[in-house]
Amino acid sequence: MSTAIAFNDVTKTFPGANGNAVDHVSLTIREGEFITILGSSGCGKTTLLKLINRLYEPDSGSIVLFGEDISTVDVVKVRRRIGYVIQQVGLFPHYTVGENIATVPRLLKWEKDRIRARTDELLELVGLAPDEFRDRYPDQLSGGQQQRVGLARALAVDPKIMLMDEPFGAIDSITREKLQDELLSLHRGMGKTILFVTHDIEEAFKLGTRVILMNEGKLLQFDTPDAIIRAPADPFVQSLVNSARAKEQFWENYL
Amino acid sequence: MIEYAARHSDKLLSATLEHLEIVVITLLISLVVAALLTVVCSYSRALSRALLNLFSMVYSIPSLALLALLIPVTGLGRRTAIIVLVIYNQYLLLRNFLAGLDGVDPGVLEAAAGMGMTHMQRLVMVQAPLAKGAIVAGLRIALVSTVGIATIAACINAGGLGAILFDGLRTMNVAKILWGSLLSAVLAIGIDRLLAAAERRAR
Repeated sequence: MSTAIAFNDVTKTFPGANGNAVDHVSLTIREGEFITILGSSGCGKTTLLKLINRLYEPDSGSIVLFGEDISTVDVVKVRRRIGYVIQQVGLFPHYTVGENIATVPRLLKWEKDRIRARTDELLELVGLAPDEFRDRYPDQLSGGQQQRVGLARALAVDPKIMLMDEPFGAIDSITREKLQDELLSLHRGMGKTILFVTHDIEEAFKLGTRVILMNEGKLLQFDTPDAIIRAPADPFVQSLVNSARAKEQFWENYL
Repeated sequence: MIEYAARHSDKLLSATLEHLEIVVITLLISLVVAALLTVVCSYSRALSRALLNLFSMVYSIPSLALLALLIPVTGLGRRTAIIVLVIYNQYLLLRNFLAGLDGVDPGVLEAAAGMGMTHMQRLVMVQAPLAKGAIVAGLRIALVSTVGIATIAACINAGGLGAILFDGLRTMNVAKILWGSLLSAVLAIGIDRLLAAAERRAR
């Protein structure tokens, strides 16, 4: 399979911060992988993600998407090729659900019929009945429904790469489980390359075909969930795994 | 007072219309200038801070003084009055417009940028519509202030209701003073109501 994303010795520092937000990271992601990025707050996982759609620019190193150095491509073009989903969802409150989903197709001047058909198709895909939801406004939706629309909006022009920044972080745990399962089956059906940031170790290991573990801007380990659990590469990773085990223990006490 | 109005109704009407004309022209020009400045400022926080400081400084100059300052440059009359009024309005409009744009939910802005909107698309399609409340609020404040300050512009021969007011002051004619101030108040409240109605309609 071809390489979808490659980081070559990428470093990013924010002015006034001590230490690098992303510290000499090199990695390769193949097309169709579901990568989760795990780490505690401030570890640089969101920064890593935002470097890919150029919301941040690296101080050194290069990022290559499908063989193309993104610093040589117009920033707007890079972003329109990438789906982006964030925790705050960021639906446009003055647009209906349908108009929200149609944002990028409209920017790309698709024809009306095509936009309409695509919008309905996407609503079906994320489990919202088009006739019921198309003309609603975001404030008439629950948090879970809003994030479904956010996902549909990001999928609108069928991007090969999806970036998801803690998309289920603000959603109750029952709905979150459901969304996780649906996202997994979506991924299986579409073969997209997904990068998914989370601070929840169970979410990371459940969703990811491979997991990136980060701390203080450094990539600690990048491997399958199995391999990480069997052979943690670093004391920090070990402590993460231990904390998940401890949590499990807690529940087992009630069995 | 009624008697005065009956005798000079044509004079009062023409002064009111003249006043309205100054106000409308001023607001249209102010709006265009403020919109342009807002776009420019949206690119640079430093620039917007500098411009706001500048306009707030100018705003603190008494209108009579600013009018007098401009007479050697642009002469007596309506043109100078409108220039001064437009300058005053920039502080009110720009401050409200920028505050409105700044008040938009950062999550929404990040999503807009992340999906590949250009700066201008984001400004026009997302920020401006979401800042509508602050924009209209700015317009209404500018309007009331323009109606008021425009009366003072009569002292440089700009005409309008101020002319009647100042005439009354000079000759101690209470009817004139009252009609001048009353009509300008009615004008301010009237247009303000109109804008409020338009605002409700647009929602």
